[in-house]
Amino acid sequence: MTNDLPVNQAAIHLDRVARHYQMGESVIRAVDDVSLSIQSGEFLALLGSSGSGKSTLLNLIAGLDRPTSGAVIANGQDLSKMSSLELARYRRQTVGMVFQSFNLLPRMTLEENVELPLRLAEVDRSERAARVREALGRVGLEKRAGHRPSELSGGEQQRTAVARALVNRPKILLADEPTGNLDSSTGESILALLREIQKNPGMTIVMVTHERPLAERFADRLGVMGDGKLLSNGAAR
Amino acid sequence: MKFSDLGDLAFRNLRESVLRNSLTTLGVAVGVASLVAMLSLGVGLQQLATSRLAKTGLFDSIFVTPKTNLRGPGAGPPATRMPSAKSRPLDEDARAEISRMPNVTEVYPQIRFFTAVRFDDKPFATFVAGMPQSSKASGAFDGMQGSFFSSGNADEAILQVEFAKELDPQTASLIGKDLVLRYAERQALPSAPADPAQSSDGFSVVPKERHLRIIGIVETEPASGFGGFGSGRLLIPLSVAETLRAAQVNDLRDILRDSSSSDKPTYASLTVRLKSPSLVVATEAKIKDLGFSAFSLLDVSKSIATFFRVLDLLLGIFSSLALAVATLGIVNTLVMAVLERRREIGVLKALGAADRDVKQLFFVEAGVMGFLGGIFGTFLGWLIGRALTFGTNVYLHRQNLPSTEISSVPWWLVLFGIGFAMFVSLGAGLYPASRAARLDPVQALRYE
Repeated sequence: MTNDLPVNQAAIHLDRVARHYQMGESVIRAVDDVSLSIQSGEFLALLGSSGSGKSTLLNLIAGLDRPTSGAVIANGQDLSKMSSLELARYRRQTVGMVFQSFNLLPRMTLEENVELPLRLAEVDRSERAARVREALGRVGLEKRAGHRPSELSGGEQQRTAVARALVNRPKILLADEPTGNLDSSTGESILALLREIQKNPGMTIVMVTHERPLAERFADRLGVMGDGKLLSNGAAR
Repeated sequence: MKFSDLGDLAFRNLRESVLRNSLTTLGVAVGVASLVAMLSLGVGLQQLATSRLAKTGLFDSIFVTPKTNLRGPGAGPPATRMPSAKSRPLDEDARAEISRMPNVTEVYPQIRFFTAVRFDDKPFATFVAGMPQSSKASGAFDGMQGSFFSSGNADEAILQVEFAKELDPQTASLIGKDLVLRYAERQALPSAPADPAQSSDGFSVVPKERHLRIIGIVETEPASGFGGFGSGRLLIPLSVAETLRAAQVNDLRDILRDSSSSDKPTYASLTVRLKSPSLVVATEAKIKDLGFSAFSLLDVSKSIATFFRVLDLLLGIFSSLALAVATLGIVNTLVMAVLERRREIGVLKALGAADRDVKQLFFVEAGVMGFLGGIFGTFLGWLIGRALTFGTNVYLHRQNLPSTEISSVPWWLVLFGIGFAMFVSLGAGLYPASRAARLDPVQALRYE
């Protein structure tokens, strides 16, 4: 699989995307002229050393940041041309995000954390409980629904974060170092979970990681970044 | 986000830093309490003043004089005070006609005459005034020794305290004792048509006596009529005063001026009481149409209302300073909350919260603090008002004065207290809320 996939078939298409930051008088080229297509239902792992620009690229795909130049087309929409309100709707409806540090709200129980995206999407209260149960069931945590994040292990917290990312039934799942705070076996189980989600119900996954062996085992394709550029892009296995 | 969800999240966030948010809310409450307490004092004092003034009958009364009355208010400059030949006398017919007017509750003359009093076989001189039964409610008799007239026709007298002291320095011992009133009764002369020099009926003045029982001593000098007119130091029921037919000061003037019916009593003035001060203007015009001069003090009551509005405004401005300080407390608390919850704001944005959602969340938190502070502060303000009233009444009791309500928290003040607290809190939430909304989610998520 290559990056020359036609735009209309790709779930995500990056066209000469750059993200530069001004630091005093120098310009930091965090992402520099990256073009990439990710097919619908594909699992792409972005590898690279620290500061290579992989997380910045993920934030651009998530609509959390805007490119300095180039186009980010996701689900047929050019994110660089969207208003902040439209970007918020895109993040709510099209994208689910998982972070390295889980980012669960500590004062809420698991079910309340998972319910949060449903509140933002103004889903009816009557429908929410079933959706939360379904998402927690998917990650095997339905029995821990009333617990707070601090009462769970790291792996369970990350599973909860995955459930929260899935609850709005997004088309794209973006994971930023999801195994970074977990031991290797727990990290494996999380990636196995992502792989399972990719297959059923069928989801495009972009994962940023620095753990090449895991990426090679679970992802369909690897993109390697360095100094803001996409250095290589090819099948994982 | 739906408002119910915003409210739910806001309450959760406020509960999270319960001590800090409670102290901030308490600050708002203290600000609102000072505002409500001050305004309740303003309102209470205004109610006290207006009710006292209303009791005096000054503002629901019209003072009626014949147009020929040289001394009547509104009679114009001296050059215009020529008696009109066709002017209508203010007699019993006129009194009955005015009494029949709609909304008129009472029409009574001012009867005041000089008299000699015999008490304990010693002579005293003073002015007698006839008091209508309605004057009991005027407030002038509040706190009097003894009691008010048992009926409108009772041969009873109430003494003004200074006069009472002349009779006996131990004024309390006077109650229940009798005195003799010596006065000049006006009696009609038989007509003498044969004498061309006597152009009209006259009257003679015959000395008479009346025994009265002292039933009360009053501190003030109550006016039997409009303003200070008709005040006396020996007060008797108005009906009794009328039956005495005592010669009054204006009789001599009237007999010279008016050639008709000297036997038929005419009044120097009548006081017309109405159901409400709001009816004064219309009724005053109708009385003028009947051919009399009429005068009211309604304009004075308007000036009093204006004075209290200005007083309320000044009290409100000064007490708002406390609320302004509380507002800074809200700004401080919310700015701290934005700093502490940077990561949470980043997560909310990553999950799809729009800038507007984040702004509304902080806005609702400010509003909740304002609402709770407003409720608690209004209650506290009411409590301060009650405490001030209690303290004032303790002082008044020690001075042997009747108790009074100096503060009042009407419904509009409750709603104003809560509403103003919310308004100010939302204003205070503007800056922190927009600061939270502007947070860059990428930076916020990176924040540890």
